Amino acid sequence: MVERHPWLTFLTHAVLLLGVAIVAFPVYVTFVASTHTAEEIVQTPMPLLPGNQFWHNYAAALTGSEHGPGSSAPVGRMMWVSLVSALVISLGKIAISLLSAFAIVYFRFPFRRFFFWAIFVTLMLPVEVRIFPTYKVVSDLHMLNTYAGLTIPLIASATATFLFRQFFMTVPDELVEAARVDGAGPMRFFKDILVPLSATSIAALFVIQFIYGWNQYLWPLLATTDENMYPVVIGIKRMISGGDAAQQWNLVMATAMLAMIPPALVVMLMQKWFVKGLVDTEK
Amino acid sequence: MLLVPQVAVIAVFFFWPAAQALLQSVQQQDAFGTSTEWVGLANFRSLFSDASYLASFKTTAVFSLLVAVLGLAISLLLAVLADRVVKGALAYKTLLIWPYAVAPAVAGVLWLFMFAPSIGVVSYALHRAGVNWNHLLNSNHAMTLIVMAAVWKQISYNFLFFLAGLQSIPKSLIEAAAIDGARAWRRFWTIVFPLLSPTTFFLLVINIVYAFFDTFGIIDAATEGGPGRDTAILVFKLYYDGFKALDLGGSAAQSVVLMVIVVALTVLQFRFVEKRVNY
Repeated sequence: MVERHPWLTFLTHAVLLLGVAIVAFPVYVTFVASTHTAEEIVQTPMPLLPGNQFWHNYAAALTGSEHGPGSSAPVGRMMWVSLVSALVISLGKIAISLLSAFAIVYFRFPFRRFFFWAIFVTLMLPVEVRIFPTYKVVSDLHMLNTYAGLTIPLIASATATFLFRQFFMTVPDELVEAARVDGAGPMRFFKDILVPLSATSIAALFVIQFIYGWNQYLWPLLATTDENMYPVVIGIKRMISGGDAAQQWNLVMATAMLAMIPPALVVMLMQKWFVKGLVDTEK
Repeated sequence: MLLVPQVAVIAVFFFWPAAQALLQSVQQQDAFGTSTEWVGLANFRSLFSDASYLASFKTTAVFSLLVAVLGLAISLLLAVLADRVVKGALAYKTLLIWPYAVAPAVAGVLWLFMFAPSIGVVSYALHRAGVNWNHLLNSNHAMTLIVMAAVWKQISYNFLFFLAGLQSIPKSLIEAAAIDGARAWRRFWTIVFPLLSPTTFFLLVINIVYAFFDTFGIIDAATEGGPGRDTAILVFKLYYDGFKALDLGGSAAQSVVLMVIVVALTVLQFRFVEKRVNY
C-alpha cells in the first residue's frame, strides 16, 4: 500500500465485512427458516436464531414424507437428477469438445473452415433464444422426461471447444514431432500427451460447467413433466404454490439449502480452478 | 471423424431449431399444428405494434440497466477495498464469490421469502419503518425485488474480474501519483478507473447479457412477471407467449428478435476485445 491510515484500514475492513454480511444475509435467513417448524416461521417477526427442527425438516424434505399444499416430491430424488444431469452436461461437453478441438487443430481435412465456423456460431445464441424449436425437436425424438433430453441440448454449445482450441494452439510443435518420431499414432498422442497437458483447463471447465448444469432452470422446466425427473431447482419452484402463509416454508427453505450446497462447495473447494475457468471461458 | 459427435449434436439441437425459429417466424400456425400458413413479415409487424411487447422492451431495458449499473458499482467498491486489504484478502474473496454458485431460481426464492408481504423478515422491518411493502401489488416494489436478487447473484462474478483488473495495474503508477501529491480519491479517478475501463466495459456487456437471459429463473420464481406484466422481460414473455398462450408464430418472431440482439451484443464484445489487444 502506498500510505497507511489506521482508521482508513479500519473503514475498509468495516465496509468489506458489511458487504460480506449483506451477501450472506439471505442465506442465513434461509438456514434459520429451515430449522424451525412451519408455524414458527409464519409468525411475524420470524425468529432470527436457529431452531431445533434441523434434522426433522431436512429428513422430511429429502424423503418427501410431509404433505403440504405444494408439490411434495422427495428432494433426495431431485438431487440425484440434478447431480446426474450436471455431471453429464459437464463431462459430455468436455469430451466432445476435446475431440473436435483436437480434430480442428491437428488435422487437415475438407471443409475444416466450414466446421470451424459452424461451431463458432453456436457461441452466440444461448438456449433461451431458440427454446421453443429445441423443445419441439426433443419431443419429436421422444426425449422428454429422460436424462438425454435434459442434457444433450445443453451440451450443444461451443464454449469448451474454443477454450481447448486456444489451449492446443499453444502446445509446441516439437511435442507433436517428438511423439511422431517415437512412433505414436494420432490417438495415442491425444491420449498420452494432449489430455494430460490440458488437465488444468479440464478441471477449470468442469467447475464452470457443473454449476451451469446444476443451475439450469428454463430448459428443465420445459423438458420435464414427470415429478420423477425434476431437478432440484425446479422442485423448489414447484413447492411454492401461491399464498404466503400456507407454505411449508421450513421445508422449502431446507430444500433451497440442499440445492445450494453442492455447487457452493464446488466453487469454494475448487476456487483456484473456478477463477481460472471463469477468466478463460470469457476470453 | 473426431468431429462427428459435436457436429451431430449442434446440427440437431442448434442449427435445426434455429432454422425452425426463422421459418416459424414467417408462418402462422394454429395451436394444434394442423394448418400452417405463410404470412411473411406479419408476425413481426404485429409484434412491433403490440403495446405489451414494446412495454416488455422497456421493462427489459430498465431492468438490465439497473442490474448492470448497480451490480458494477457495488462490486467495484468491494473490489477496490479488497485490493487495499493486506491481511485476509483471500478470506474476503472466498466469502464473496460463492453466490455465483446459487441457481437463479433459488436466488429468486430466497429473496421472495425475505420480502414476502405477510411473513418476510425484511418486509416486516420495512413495515415497522412505515413502508407498506407489497411486491404482489406494487410494480415498483416487484422490480426492486428482482433487481436486488439479480444484482446479489452477479456481484461475485463482477468482483472477481474487477479484482483481477485492479491487481494487474502496475503499483509504480500509483506510487508515482502519490509522490506527486495525489490523494487516494484523486488517484482512483485519474489513474485506476481509466486503466480499469476495458474490464468495466467487458463486464457491462456480460452483465447486460446476464440480465437479458440468465435472470429468467429469478423472475419466474419471485414475481412470475407480475404484477400484471410489469416485470415480464423479453425472455419471460417469449416463454409465456410460446408455452402458456401457444402463439407459436409470434413466439418464434420474438426468438428471432432476441437472436438479433444477442448477435449485436456479441459483435460489440468482439470488436471491443480486438481493441483491447491494440490497447
